[in-house]
Amino acid sequence: MKQSFSIGIGGAAGQGVASPGDIFAKIFTRRGLHLNAYNAYQSIIRGGHTFLTIRTGTSAIGTIDGHLDLLIPLNQDTADRHLRLLQAGGACLYNADLIHPGTPAEGVVLCPLPVSSLADISRNKIAQNTLAIGAALSMMGIGFHALESILEAQFRNKGTAVIQENVTLARAGYEYASQNFAPFANSIPLTENRYAALSGNAAMAMGAAAAGVKFYCAYPMSPATGVLHWMAQNGRKAGIMVRQVEDEIGVINMAIGAAHAGARSMCATSGGGFALMSEGLGLSAQAEIPVVVIDCQRAGPSTGVPTKTEQGDLWQMLGAAFGDYPRVIAAPLDIADCFTLMAEIFNVTDRFQCPGIVLCDLLLAEGRLSVDPSVLDFAPHVDRGELITSNGAGDGEPYKRYKITPSGVSPRVIPGVAGHTHVVSSDEHDEDGVLISDAYTNHAKRRAMMEKRMRKVEGIAAAIAPPKLLGPEDAEVTLIGWGSTYGVIREACELLGDQGITVNHLPIRWLVPLHGDAILDLLRKARRTIIVENNFSGQFARYLRSETSFVASGHIRKYDGEPFFPEHIVAAVKEQLAGRTTLSVPTHEVMV
Amino acid sequence: MATEIITPNTITMADLKGRVEPDWCPGCGDYGVLAAVQKALVELQIPQHEVCTISGIGCSSNFPGFIETYGMHTLHGRSLPVATGVKMANHALTVLVTGGDGDGFGIGCGHFVHSMRRNVDLTYIVMDNQIYGLTTGQTSPTSRMAMKTKSTPFGNVENPVNPVALALAAGATYVARGFSADQKHLTEMIKGGIEHKGFSFIDVFSPCVTFNHDNTMQWFRPRVKRLEDDASYDASNWDAAMDKAQIWGEEIPIGRFFERKEQASLQEMEPVLEHGPLVHQSYRIPSEIARTFVEELM
Repeated sequence: MKQSFSIGIGGAAGQGVASPGDIFAKIFTRRGLHLNAYNAYQSIIRGGHTFLTIRTGTSAIGTIDGHLDLLIPLNQDTADRHLRLLQAGGACLYNADLIHPGTPAEGVVLCPLPVSSLADISRNKIAQNTLAIGAALSMMGIGFHALESILEAQFRNKGTAVIQENVTLARAGYEYASQNFAPFANSIPLTENRYAALSGNAAMAMGAAAAGVKFYCAYPMSPATGVLHWMAQNGRKAGIMVRQVEDEIGVINMAIGAAHAGARSMCATSGGGFALMSEGLGLSAQAEIPVVVIDCQRAGPSTGVPTKTEQGDLWQMLGAAFGDYPRVIAAPLDIADCFTLMAEIFNVTDRFQCPGIVLCDLLLAEGRLSVDPSVLDFAPHVDRGELITSNGAGDGEPYKRYKITPSGVSPRVIPGVAGHTHVVSSDEHDEDGVLISDAYTNHAKRRAMMEKRMRKVEGIAAAIAPPKLLGPEDAEVTLIGWGSTYGVIREACELLGDQGITVNHLPIRWLVPLHGDAILDLLRKARRTIIVENNFSGQFARYLRSETSFVASGHIRKYDGEPFFPEHIVAAVKEQLAGRTTLSVPTHEVMV
Repeated sequence: MATEIITPNTITMADLKGRVEPDWCPGCGDYGVLAAVQKALVELQIPQHEVCTISGIGCSSNFPGFIETYGMHTLHGRSLPVATGVKMANHALTVLVTGGDGDGFGIGCGHFVHSMRRNVDLTYIVMDNQIYGLTTGQTSPTSRMAMKTKSTPFGNVENPVNPVALALAAGATYVARGFSADQKHLTEMIKGGIEHKGFSFIDVFSPCVTFNHDNTMQWFRPRVKRLEDDASYDASNWDAAMDKAQIWGEEIPIGRFFERKEQASLQEMEPVLEHGPLVHQSYRIPSEIARTFVEELM
């Protein structure tokens, strides 16, 4: 069992749940602890219920798990909803003036903070938050000085007086707890390591910046807006042009325009915005202009549940835009991979001059993870493919933008280079770009051009890595997942192993093209296969079957808007091993 | 970027002749617009490889194929965002946008308004024939009331949009109207648009000889009156331009309605472009800046 410590902080939107979360994240990563954080929230600016869970430990933390060691309710509602998540040895730290937590489970300690006697609450409305942070640090055995510099940074824009006030409050909380509450018995030992804590959205934005993206545009849409925020804040420093556009149709077309001019170009959205981008994706494919689109999936269809996670967009990606064309679709496995994947997908889409889709989801996009700073490499390998940027290197032949080649890739010139003028087109065209769609329709040329484009699929497949099986080869159960379920399946494998059930794991990162033969080779040897995914209909299971004819023995699916916890998968595997079902749909216990 | 090898020469009409002959109907107004654009580029001596001509979809949107510049034939209604992307990535290019009234004022109207408000330095030439031609004759956003088309067999009951007034309201900094049969004047309008630093919009009466039997060359010819013929007209006066834009009937003004020169274009507002065209800038972020991005997370 993984040694970890989980904190839950909840309140109404606007009560300041996010700041304590940021402060704890900084403290943990600066003291050498890993973390994974997930904020359950609603589409509301004030009110409702927001519940942030931060899980920390000395080894990598792939997921939160629904249990708490410390609960900080900022209102009565949070105490009512979540007190029972505290496990033995845990504590509830609360404002004794406002909150009456009720009876906790055995072994859980109630720690009331007399907020009105420790602080002037008429002046500082978030006094209870800062007092609680100080008290929590004391109980966790983390020294106070770590907090001081973080508070300084947190309140830098508000001036010295505010910083001083918060430091004083935090110290009051720290001291009160030292005198009145027992420290946690199972606190986590600190290490000398240092980590960066970041969201998937920030990771994708930074990964793209590292990969040399020069043009980014977007229309705000949860849960992808974080990419726009990072870009807007840092674009000028990074030499990236950032534009907010009138709609997602404008977004994809503007990104394609910039890409055509020769800049690495990207946009991000969620399922609804992506639907508007579909036609543009076809333009990218037909005109052979590389562009990278991030889709941060949320619960659909339609407006759906804007603040909840799902893996429900796979078939939209597979079918986006009409006609057949080469495309690349990849799903990052965790937040570190959100960074790493970007340079890889930019290289593939540049080399093969086609659209590339990063299929992320809210869980990663808005979650937080500690990442070793060496992962955030700002000098990755960049391959722009066959790109002509000067007219000095020609072979004397007239330039043909869509030259028929064995690889299907035709050298691409950027506008502005003398002697290479041509037209790129959404219409079908000849090798030199002349339309063959209107007066000049020609079936032989159409066929040749179609085959040229589709030949690129083979090259793409060779350029991307086939999936690998993790864990013991001869396991009782093989769990298959894609994208963001990586972390939770890894931990479920460990838990099942502890219980004597051997499990291995096949995470799928590159979805299109799919390494069907390699996957079949692995799965043919598997004793029992279970596909785990965050949607209703088993979108990946259906895709795998359509590509390989492979039918899994069982399925674990969740479509309530919340992510899987490891124990959901553990219980589902056990019920399927016992022969009770082949389709498990775990119930989410945390009321958010 | 490697050294450019460009031999200095004079740009001629022959240089700008496209690889294929236009497939427009004989007598189509678009021929006149094509010739005027080519003349404008010759008079301004802009090398064809430094020009990008971008269109949407429709009869007039086949334009880029008929002129020898860099060209893009994009999606229906989407020429302006694509062109904005091209211009932002390489503002050294002269970016012309060509299309029709359905493309620009119908399916692409949202982009039309926002491109003008951004004052992005594009020259947008709309070949306005007040009909959908390529789909064989349906009503368009500029079709007059009561006009009978295949989709309005009993007469159009919707008001047409006024492109010039719309452009003025949306903040275009160069608004002009031309007539495809008045070559010399149209060429001047286009030259003015290309030279203008900011969004220039040129609405061109380009009659459809096949599907629009109401607004023909013969209908326009006696009606169009050049604003340039009135020495007292002040094109820097927005209110005067808006008044002129309301005139439609026995007399229809053409010419430069409005030009505001002092307003910065989008590229001038963008600090990222201070170091030259984006596409020629390094794609590597200096390590000392990259380090600050990581340190902020620690």
